[in-house]
Amino acid sequence: MKARVTVTLKNGVLDPQGKAIEGALKSLGIDGVGSVRQGKVFDIELAGSDKAAAESALKTACEKLLANTVIENYRIDIAG
Amino acid sequence: MKSAVIVFPGSNREQDVIRALRVGAGHEPVKVWHADTELPAGTDLVVLPGGFSYGDYLRCGAIAGRAAIMDAVRAHAARGGLVLGICNGFQILVESGLLPGILMRNRDLRFICRMQHLKVERTDTAFTRAYAPGQVIEVAIAHGEGNYEADEETIRRLEDEGRVIFRYCDAEGRVGGKANPNGSTHDIAGICSEGRNVLGMMPHPENLVEDLVGGVDGLGLFRSLRAA
Repeated sequence: MKARVTVTLKNGVLDPQGKAIEGALKSLGIDGVGSVRQGKVFDIELAGSDKAAAESALKTACEKLLANTVIENYRIDIAG
Repeated sequence: MKSAVIVFPGSNREQDVIRALRVGAGHEPVKVWHADTELPAGTDLVVLPGGFSYGDYLRCGAIAGRAAIMDAVRAHAARGGLVLGICNGFQILVESGLLPGILMRNRDLRFICRMQHLKVERTDTAFTRAYAPGQVIEVAIAHGEGNYEADEETIRRLEDEGRVIFRYCDAEGRVGGKANPNGSTHDIAGICSEGRNVLGMMPHPENLVEDLVGGVDGLGLFRSLRAA
């Protein structure tokens, strides 16, 4: 089974990297760029086929390591 | 007092802090590997040194904060044992839940490596009692992620409980504005735990303990740890 975990900064948390990327995109003349927030994507291969178990394991993974819930949100998508 | 310095893959200031503990505190520190599960018997002080543990992968201090030895460090702190985290060590302390908040990317996105003045806000900790209250010291800073952030409630608690131990300031002790190198909330450079036994700080007092290398303003921290 494959899963994708997406970690993003919570609203209101200052993201200087996103700001810098936003500035670079605008200076490239790319039309219509409003704002940019940078996040992280983890593609994870999982053993077994129990989707509920996988979801629960990934939730633990996010809470314990992948996201710092002081400043970040996470989203879990399991393929198939 | 017995001290232990934890070494993670990517730590690089452990020798500096060991020397500072010898010179300033008269300790003979023991190095402890991150994969160990126990601290040496009778350890009074645990030091998490600076560096780039795990190459700063994921988030600074995130992987080190979950290392095997950290359960023992948490238990030591819960017993009231002293824990000092410097720079990456401070990042590890917030990631391991021993201190609140987080160290974000510096306001100007640059790695800053230079001398910096600090105000010693509190001397009622085991780490700062050899300083005078309000004393201005000059030590080194070297970090890319030193911008301390926490929710409003946490900041209010830290301030109300007198847990902001060091603040960035200028040579005259003025806090705020350009004296803040990294955008840190309330100019925070170092905070302690509720029990005042865990201290995390971004600056490097361990690099200013001998005149030969430019000053001795960091010595007060290690002298504070001498007798305890």
